[in-house]
Amino acid sequence: MDALHHASAFSGYVYPNETIIPWSVLIVVYPYLTGLVAGSFTVSSLYHVFGMQQFKPVARFSMLLALCLMVCVPMPLLLHLGHPERAFNAMITPHLTSAFAIFGYAASFYTILLMLENWFVYRPQIVQIATEGKGPLKWVCRVASLGSNDLSEYAMNYDHKWIYALAVIGIPAALGLHGYVGFVFGSLKSREWWSSDLMPPVFLLSAVISGTALVILLYVLTSLARKVAIEEPCVKGLAYTLWGFLMFALILEGLEIASMLYRSREGIDVIVTFLTGPLVVPFFILQIGLGSVVPLLTLTYVIVRGSKGRALTAAVFVSAALVLCAVLLMRWNVVIGGQEIAKTGKGLVSYEPEVFGREGLIAAGSVLFLPLILMFVATRIVSPWAEETRAAVLRGRTPA
Amino acid sequence: MKRDDKPAVPARRIFLRDISRGAACAGAAAGAAGLLAAASADSGKSGTGSVESFPTPDYDWNKHRWAYAVDATKCIGCLRCVEACKRENNVALDAHHFRTWVERYVYIDGEEKPHVDSMSDPLNIEASGSEKLYRFANRYKDAKVDKAFFVPKLCNHCTHPACVQVCPTGATYKTRDGVVLIDHKYCIGCQYCVQACPYGARFFNHAKGVTDKCTWCYHRITKGLLPACVEVCPVEARMFGDLNDRDSVVSRFIRDNRVQVLKPETGNAPNVYYIGLDKEVT
Repeated sequence: MDALHHASAFSGYVYPNETIIPWSVLIVVYPYLTGLVAGSFTVSSLYHVFGMQQFKPVARFSMLLALCLMVCVPMPLLLHLGHPERAFNAMITPHLTSAFAIFGYAASFYTILLMLENWFVYRPQIVQIATEGKGPLKWVCRVASLGSNDLSEYAMNYDHKWIYALAVIGIPAALGLHGYVGFVFGSLKSREWWSSDLMPPVFLLSAVISGTALVILLYVLTSLARKVAIEEPCVKGLAYTLWGFLMFALILEGLEIASMLYRSREGIDVIVTFLTGPLVVPFFILQIGLGSVVPLLTLTYVIVRGSKGRALTAAVFVSAALVLCAVLLMRWNVVIGGQEIAKTGKGLVSYEPEVFGREGLIAAGSVLFLPLILMFVATRIVSPWAEETRAAVLRGRTPA
Repeated sequence: MKRDDKPAVPARRIFLRDISRGAACAGAAAGAAGLLAAASADSGKSGTGSVESFPTPDYDWNKHRWAYAVDATKCIGCLRCVEACKRENNVALDAHHFRTWVERYVYIDGEEKPHVDSMSDPLNIEASGSEKLYRFANRYKDAKVDKAFFVPKLCNHCTHPACVQVCPTGATYKTRDGVVLIDHKYCIGCQYCVQACPYGARFFNHAKGVTDKCTWCYHRITKGLLPACVEVCPVEARMFGDLNDRDSVVSRFIRDNRVQVLKPETGNAPNVYYIGLDKEVT
């Protein structure tokens, strides 16, 4: 039996069954990925729905990114399940009182929506490769085009209507999907650390900032790699988005902790011990200090000062990287932190993640980076960059 | 059916007979490979038999409303209940998987908060010499103890179970006779129920990949037997019975005492009734 489970050390009194943390690092990755989906979709919608032209350079990119992230969302859950082959039981016989029963439906709906949206966005490129390309890619694109090769003005206008409509539906769907992840945790009355009405909005806002931060990082890095100029209005728009939502996220998180401490319900002693002990570095110093306050001040400085060019890009890039790490830490501090506070209210468990194994750090890290690999592969087939013409894409892809 | 009021002797005999049969099988298995094959074939037959006999013929779950009672003032912390449960229900013999357990609360003179531990505490494991043996180490012998007591814990088989509420597939459910069970062939092993239970009564069965917990020995109670932990309790600190029967030991216990339940504020409405708790028991 020893190889099958990984018991944690504890202090004080914890229930005997609590010495094995039920939800591992994989369940940290799961809300992180859904948050990135919601965030990158939001960035895309700023252009596609709200018509903010400065986001045009990253609009199609972030739409594709959302899809690549979304197809990986079920992976940490499936890896975590004791019987992944029974996962569809939740869809065949959903037990509707469960906050988790509709996950399969919600995730499927949203994945299909993202696939459709991306199909419409990238259809001209797919059709072009299908008709003019060569090799196996031509056949892949012929299948992907679903037999619809019409690129007339009428057809493009028709597509545009669909892109708009799907994006409009997609915004509440993305926010709902992630707010619902917050609800999965916030609705549990058994854990004081989770049980909060503010949990869904905290998850939502952190989702938006993490998605925006990822788009910033990838936009800057890929622009450097492609040796093209970084469009300053775009960086500035993303910086404003990150800056604004970061303020909300930080204040809401502060309010959540404040109300928990102010309510001081049973078991608060051990929560205070947790906050002032094991959580000082990961929460106060890294997540709040370095990951939230530092980027907030940096962004405030460059925006108020009106920085331009490389200084602006560098500051926004560093802020985005810090926010991205902070949101991952936030997921860790919520998911793992909640389980480290014993239900007895009299003790603390300390989770030590495995490195190898199905629920180990390597598995979780792989799931975390898989969307980027998918993104790399997807951008070999279609180009998400607005400035590249379809012909250029085609030239780059087809053998000479 | 006043199964809980029957003299305990016959049921106890059956329980002891089962244990002795198990021991005999083990002996035979150790004897020779041929005997091992025979024993496994035999156990296969008895396994089939138990499947056929469950659900128990003529057992009507509409006629019962099971409940459990604990008189914490009587518990001596012998942990026979823990051992019996582990053996009866094939629970992993380690310090991290328990369908039932016992907590010890010790108030030392001059200290405000009690020292709390269970048989899973590293010092108690050290005293017993193995994770598979359950003891409370005599660690307070040199301290001036003001007050000390034991509290047996188990699944509360709540009327409004949070674990059943959160199960995404309906694999865990409440029976009509008041027991919360898990369908091990349908559970996907997400452990959402483990999170939702405020009592820490659920654990993950790593061998089967599903969630596990106390069933009040449903396979026994539907045959007119008592749960294993109740059966072996030498001081009758643990009691079990039918609330539909006014004269059952549990009905009488609830009627004759001012009973408490654990964590009533969760709204789960537990069905394990206690006397002799303390404000620090959670």
